[in-house]
Amino acid sequence: MSELSAALRKEALLQWRTRAQLAAVFVFGASALLLFSFAIGPDSAALRRHSAGFLWLGLLLASTLTLAESFQSEMEQRALEAQLLMPVRPAALFYGKAISNWAQLSLLGFALVPVMVVLYDAGTDRLGALLGVILLGTAGLSAPGTLYAAMTSQARARQTLLPLLLFPLVVPVLLAATRASSLLITGDPMGQVRSWALLLACFDAIYWSLCGLLFGRVVED
Amino acid sequence: MDLDDGRPAAAFFFAGLGVLLLLAGSYWGLFVAPAETYMGDVQRIMYVHVPTAWNTMLAFTFAFGCALAFLFLGGWKWDSRMEAAMEVGVVLAVLVCMQGAIWAKPTWGVWWDWDPRLTTTAVLVFAFAGILALRHFVDDPVRRATWSAVATIVAFVDVPIVYYSVRWWNSLHQMQSTPETVSSAFHWPLRINAFAILFLMIAAISLRSRIAALRLRTELAPPPPAPAPQTGTAAAEATR
Repeated sequence: MSELSAALRKEALLQWRTRAQLAAVFVFGASALLLFSFAIGPDSAALRRHSAGFLWLGLLLASTLTLAESFQSEMEQRALEAQLLMPVRPAALFYGKAISNWAQLSLLGFALVPVMVVLYDAGTDRLGALLGVILLGTAGLSAPGTLYAAMTSQARARQTLLPLLLFPLVVPVLLAATRASSLLITGDPMGQVRSWALLLACFDAIYWSLCGLLFGRVVED
Repeated sequence: MDLDDGRPAAAFFFAGLGVLLLLAGSYWGLFVAPAETYMGDVQRIMYVHVPTAWNTMLAFTFAFGCALAFLFLGGWKWDSRMEAAMEVGVVLAVLVCMQGAIWAKPTWGVWWDWDPRLTTTAVLVFAFAGILALRHFVDDPVRRATWSAVATIVAFVDVPIVYYSVRWWNSLHQMQSTPETVSSAFHWPLRINAFAILFLMIAAISLRSRIAALRLRTELAPPPPAPAPQTGTAAAEATR
């Protein structure tokens, strides 16, 4: 536990020192939301209907920037190798990084909600539930994203490889998070949100444990 | 070095047997088996589509098994087999999608539908194609093998979640065809082609695995010895 808290302190310091990057990623996500509306046209009903999909696509695209950047600083001056030489388990390093990425992506998601409401007139009276879905969905992006970012940061063509590996894998997250958010915005007469949230939670549980187990193999070889 | 680059005679035997069975099964399916009542001749694509789909899943399952074996048992042969199984699996999965699209257009009226099995197959193609791309962009053989084994395990675990998430989302595909669910007039060509494609797949994986093993042998070979330092006389001879 002390290993994890040390890893989290290191991540918090790292995030604080590169806080301008989070603002840049937010601008990227917001401009993606703006561009999606041009693809549909000025049809306010259609924009509102597709608003949840646009929000999650914007988050998914922006997540590749955040995730790729999270290991960039670890590669400079071989900082990751130095951390592995310390008496700390790789799983603690993984969970420190994954929780940090989850926090960043959740903040980004929360910040994009007002942009979505303004651009697509997609307000909801169940804001707490929507923020909960964002928390579950970004958890699903951050665990496999952190594992793949650790691999691709050490490979050639890292900008291409990360989305190539991550996007097919997170199809269930995109699908469940979009459906749950859409039901919260447009109405949920059949009470389906809970099922989609459960699917997200199952995906999160599987991937947070599996990626934590496999991370050691990725960084130790 | 634990490499799997033995003689390919068995692979050629399986390839020959596979071609013969495929010819027999296709002849039976095209000319002997009766046309299906509702779909007519379009249904005959089932004799290659269903066996290809079964063998696609077998190839990816084998790749998953090789990834586990490489990580937990060790041995380079598992890496070359995993690479071969993934490549053959991707080719078979693309074939399944193409055959499915050819069947879907006259039957469903569309080339593609967001059905669980179709979507899961498409996701599998992209997931494993991504892992093959990762292998091409990593030069160190140890890292390449370990990372692709990890990515294969993660992608394979994703398959049932993708399937059930898409199933909740939308479903149109009919129930799986097996020899038990079709009339006896149809199941012989289905069985024969299933074995034909299985043998062809074994041959392709075996030959591709041998190519991967030969490449690994080159990559893992020790570097050539450094030239001996030249003495004063030898250096003078060389510069003359």
